[in-house]
Amino acid sequence: MAETTLSHVPPQMRPSGLRGVAADWSSDQRAFKNVSWGKAMMWVFLFSDTFVFGCFLIAYMTARMSTVEPWPNASEVFALHLFGRDLPLILIAIMTFVLISSSGTMAMAVNFAYRRDRKRTAILMLLTAVLGATFVGMQAFEWSKLIMEGVRPWGNPWGAAQFGSAFFMITGFHGTHVTIGVIFLLIVARKVARGDYDTDARGFFTSRRGNYESVEIMGLYWHFVDLVWVFIFAFFYLW
Amino acid sequence: MVEATGHRMGSSHGQEQPAAVAHTDSHQEHPIKLYLVVWVWLFILSACSYLVDYFQLQGMLRWSLIIIFMLLKAGLIVAIFMHMAWERLSLVYAILVPPLVVLVFVWIMTVESNYTLWTRMTFFGAAP
Repeated sequence: MAETTLSHVPPQMRPSGLRGVAADWSSDQRAFKNVSWGKAMMWVFLFSDTFVFGCFLIAYMTARMSTVEPWPNASEVFALHLFGRDLPLILIAIMTFVLISSSGTMAMAVNFAYRRDRKRTAILMLLTAVLGATFVGMQAFEWSKLIMEGVRPWGNPWGAAQFGSAFFMITGFHGTHVTIGVIFLLIVARKVARGDYDTDARGFFTSRRGNYESVEIMGLYWHFVDLVWVFIFAFFYLW
Repeated sequence: MVEATGHRMGSSHGQEQPAAVAHTDSHQEHPIKLYLVVWVWLFILSACSYLVDYFQLQGMLRWSLIIIFMLLKAGLIVAIFMHMAWERLSLVYAILVPPLVVLVFVWIMTVESNYTLWTRMTFFGAAP
């Protein structure tokens, strides 16, 4: 593993800017100098996930651009009858606010984790998990509403058949990511609350000692889920 | 192995002295206010993009507003919430530049779907 070691160049001596990029990448050592492997690998995973969702959105674009039938109007499809009138897209707007709020609580949890504030970190992570579960719950409601109205992957009452396939594929994959994130959040929150990262307890899965950086890595995943929703919201629901 | 992960391992060994640990992550210490401000901005931008639909703006105005609000939100999330603004450029470029190549894919599929639409209209007589 010698080739992955960092030289003894002190951090403040490392060049910055583009010169730093060249120096880091050509150093014959690990390229990400001040980033741990756990964090770098989470970034690499999210990087690959970007392409997965990118492909979904491009597939949706291709289907929508090449169909000769009219595309269903998302504004009307996702409207809810509330307070005596039809509000366009209201459920999706609420889901967006819920997910953004969960991102906010997660960012604060990471901050408190680095201050070793166990209680606040765990509470904020649990709050994030609750908001995430709320999001998934509203998505389940949305799915069942659309299925009852006759939307199927192979057809729907309003126009192009590809609407259903794109909708179930994209929101389904995103919902799966949120669900996995909620589980991941609960596991890390339990570890924080129990003080595993202070007592150097070994994890149940890898038997390795964790540290508070796990909260930040968890946070990266969660913010990514929010980030994907920003793109889905813009391209699928608003376009 | 200890050498390989020396940076982090060193910090966890130094847990008897919290100062040593704090030093490692000093670039992650931001006031909570920063996150609240970003949160409020994300709310405002989301509300704006919802209003684009609510007022049924159409045409180029609609699309440009949607894209602008989307990019601003994505930028805030990546830069502040995911701490990209404080990472070294070698990580920032490694993660953010390659996805831009997806735009080439978008262009290819735009050409392809125009062609598909043309063949459908020409050979199946289904004018829109």
